[in-house]
This record gives sequence, C-alpha cells and structure tokens, in this order.
Amino acid sequence: MAYQTTRPNMLAAPAVLWLLAFMVAPCLLVLSYAFFQRGTWGGIEYTFTLENFARVFDPLYARIFLNSARIALITTILAILIAYPAAYAISLAPRVRQPMLLFFAVLPFWSNYLIRTYAWIVLLNREGLLNGFLSYLGYQGEPLSLLYTEAAVITGLVYNYLPFVILAIYSTLSRLNPELMEASRDLGAGAFRTFWRVTLPLTLPGVAAGGVFVFVLSIGNFVTPALLGGGRFQMIGNLVYDQFLTANDWPFGAALGMVLIAIMVALLFLQARATSHASGERKGDEA
Amino acid sequence: MSGIAPKRLPGRIILLLVFGFLYLPIAVLVMLSFNESGLPTSWSGFSTRWYAALMGNGEILHAAWNTLVVAIFATLVSTVLGTLLAIGMETRARKSNGLEALAFAPMVIPDIVLAVALLTFFSRLNITTGLHTIILSHVIFDLAFVCSVVRARLKHFDFSIVEASRDLGASGWTTFWRVTFPVLLPSIIAGALLAFTLSVDEFIIAFFTAGPGRSSITLPMQIYSMIRFGITPEVNALATIVMAVSATALLLSQWLNKEQIQ
Repeated sequence: MAYQTTRPNMLAAPAVLWLLAFMVAPCLLVLSYAFFQRGTWGGIEYTFTLENFARVFDPLYARIFLNSARIALITTILAILIAYPAAYAISLAPRVRQPMLLFFAVLPFWSNYLIRTYAWIVLLNREGLLNGFLSYLGYQGEPLSLLYTEAAVITGLVYNYLPFVILAIYSTLSRLNPELMEASRDLGAGAFRTFWRVTLPLTLPGVAAGGVFVFVLSIGNFVTPALLGGGRFQMIGNLVYDQFLTANDWPFGAALGMVLIAIMVALLFLQARATSHASGERKGDEA
Repeated sequence: MSGIAPKRLPGRIILLLVFGFLYLPIAVLVMLSFNESGLPTSWSGFSTRWYAALMGNGEILHAAWNTLVVAIFATLVSTVLGTLLAIGMETRARKSNGLEALAFAPMVIPDIVLAVALLTFFSRLNITTGLHTIILSHVIFDLAFVCSVVRARLKHFDFSIVEASRDLGASGWTTFWRVTFPVLLPSIIAGALLAFTLSVDEFIIAFFTAGPGRSSITLPMQIYSMIRFGITPEVNALATIVMAVSATALLLSQWLNKEQIQ
C-alpha cells in the first residue's frame, strides 16, 4: 500500500486494548475456571482437575451435545437448501434490483432476534394463527401442538439465520464469471449439468461460510430452544445457561463453553482451509 | 442473453416464497398489535389501545430508557474505537493475521459464551454490574461491526488524495479532518446506526451482565420475561415499536452506504 498513516498501530490500539481486556481476558478466565473444582457452596475451589471436561463426555451430557449437533446440522442443511435457490434467484434478477432484493433479504437478520422468535410463538401456539387457519378450513379436531416441538425449534433457527446464508451464497454467485457458464453451455453441457459441474462447485465457499455460521450459532443457541422448545429441548446453550444461573456450577459451565468455542474454531479453520484450497485450485487451472 | 427471460418465472416464485417466509411472521405480529380485541384469531377492528397501554406502563418505560442509555453510549464509544481500528488496519504496511482474527472474533463468538465469560470476569474482579457493564460489553461486538463497515469504504478509498494533501503541506491532523474524515463520514454514520440497532436488540449479553434486580433491565430482557408468561397484545405492540426503530436505523444505514459508493 502506497499510503501509510503516521502510526497505524496507535490507531488500532484503543480497540485492540478494549478487545483484549473485555473479550480475550474474560474468555481466558472462563477457560481457566474449567480446570478447577466447584466449591461446596457453588464457588470455585482452586484445585486442578480435568473432571469438568470428562463430564462433557458423560452419557447424559454427551447426549445433549449430540442432539444439539443434530438439530444444528438439520438447521444448516435446511437453511442452505432454501437459501441457495433464493440467492440464485436474486443473482438472476435485473442488476439494478439486486442490491434492493439482497437488502430486504438480509434486513430481518439485523433486527431483534427475540422478537423474530416470538413471532413464531404467535403463529404456532394452540390458539395461534396456524391452528385458526386450519379450523377455518374446516378442521374439526383438537388444535395441533405445533409449538414446543423439535420442528418448532428448527423452524425458528432456520428462520433466524436464513438471511445470512442468502448473503453468503449470493456474494459468491455475484462474483462468478458468467463466461464460465456460457463456455460450459457452448461445449454442450445442459443447464442442469452446467449448474452441477460449474456453478455449484465454484460457489461452495459461500455455502461453506454460510453453513459454518449457521451451525455454530445454532449449536450454541439458547433463546430459540428456550422459547420454541418450551424448555423441553436442552441444547448446549441452555446447558451453559443453567450451569451459570441455576445449578451454580461455573467450572462445568466454563468447560461446556470452551467445548463450544473449540467446535467453532475447528469449523472456521476447516472452512478457511477448504476455501483457500478451492481458490488455490482455480489458480492452478489458470496457470 | 435472450434465453434468460422464460427462466425468470421460477425465480420470481422462489423469491415470493422466501420473502413470504421471512416477512409473514413479522407482518402478522404488526397486524395483531393493532387488533382491538388483542386476540390472534379474530380481527375486531383497528385500535391503538395496546400502544396506549404501553405508554402507561412504568416498567416498560424504565426499560426503554435503560435501552436508550446503553445503546447511545455503546454506539459513541464503539464508533470511535471501530473507526480508528478500521483506519489502522487498512493503512498497515502488512496485513496482520492476529489483528484480523481479533476484529473478526466478536462477530462469530457464540453470544452465550461471551456472556458467561463477562459474567465470570466482572464477578471475579468484584466489579458491580449494571448499565455500565452492559455498555462495556456491547462495545465489544459493536466496534467490530463499525470496523467492518468503515473498512469496506476504505477499500474503495483513493489514498492518493491523502498524499496530495500531505504534499501540499497539510499536517497529518489537518489531512485527517479535512480529507479522510469527510470521505469516511457516511460509512462511519452507517456503522454507528448498525451498532445502535445491534445494541438496542441485544439480549443475552445484557441479561448476563446487567446484574440482579430490575434496576438495569433493558427492553429485550423485559420482552423476554413478558414472552415467558405468554402472548399478550402489549408484547405485540412493544415488539412492533422495537422492530420499527431497528428497521428505520437500518434503512438509513443502508441508504448512507449506498450514497457514498455511487
């Protein structure tokens, strides 16, 4: 870069110090708590132990982990399956309209998470709109219990994170060189084959970025299972919450939180590797 | 490409369905907030009585005031820190991976983890929790988002005008205020509006860092406790107001961002 300010590091320093003091230090502190014992009255006893991490693999908690991972995975797959056609449709719209379409697809994502989840309670509860609609259509039986089900939790998660996946996939789609697709068609591949062999592989980095994001935020989610699962569906986020605010077992809560962070870092790392691998391949092709 | 036109139809249907999925639940909520009866299944006429009920509710007004205080202070601090960070990062001679990771982390870290980490931190240091600790915590992710918005602008920034200013004898300070800052201003405001929205809407971190008691309760915390007791018309009205505030801030932010790129 040609231009340099006098002192880039000094400009960055206040924010860096803020993040080190209030993000990195607290995370390290909570990490250290994971290696201590819980005191008799809920405090911390500073005796080194690995017991908290061992407990994560205790069948009781391992089941919650696997269940959270399963719900997060289903959410991720559904979100990608809905977001891809949506992003594709936006990328096919007239150029001038694309920014507006994209903005309105992403707008809900920046607004209140709690309220967007609450909107689904309004739709799904026994006296809710969906049941009202069914009885309007002539349905006579008992109102359906749509709320407080796993399906409700997954619907809520997909709904909340869908905009981000659309954004991630669209950003790779819009950067594609249309000539590549034309070349494929000219060489005799059908529309489907062109999509499957050219477009899709080239947009996988966007799919991966969106997918990792949804998975990480879903597996650690606390609000959606609490509201739409009615507390019946324990996920890791709820487990962490309980350890800190009800069970008063901070070391175990800390261990759970650290496992969440480890999952996040591992997935982001894999995604970065996969993306650089994909772009490396492209560079290789050009050479 | 004339072959595209007939393909528009499926695209339109997909967009219609996806936008319906995204906006219908919100639209229903907004409509119900104006329903006289307050019942979800029967429309008994347009009314603003639930909004009037909110205005008479001291608890909610208190929570709204707290939310505003938190959002304004968090936005002010994070806008300054985030903008400086953005300029610092974009004018470095070499990209620093550590710095990139540090600025990226607040946007991806699961909020529940950051929330419990902050709770642990404040309690270990015996820091009394309250509105100030919520502000402190909100600045963490707010500054990361401000930074990313301002950096996006800096990527298109023509640094030669800064060089020109320096060559013509302006000091670094004058150059910043007279050249760099005016160019960046729309994106700084856009970032600030985004930070404000995020702060107004943030629930989990505020919940963990507010401390016990009702004195530093914010609107999302208030909404959460109301939702747990079931659906009430007041919640619908409150939710509609909060959504309207967020949407306005975001539309403004988007408009500013678009203006400057053209």
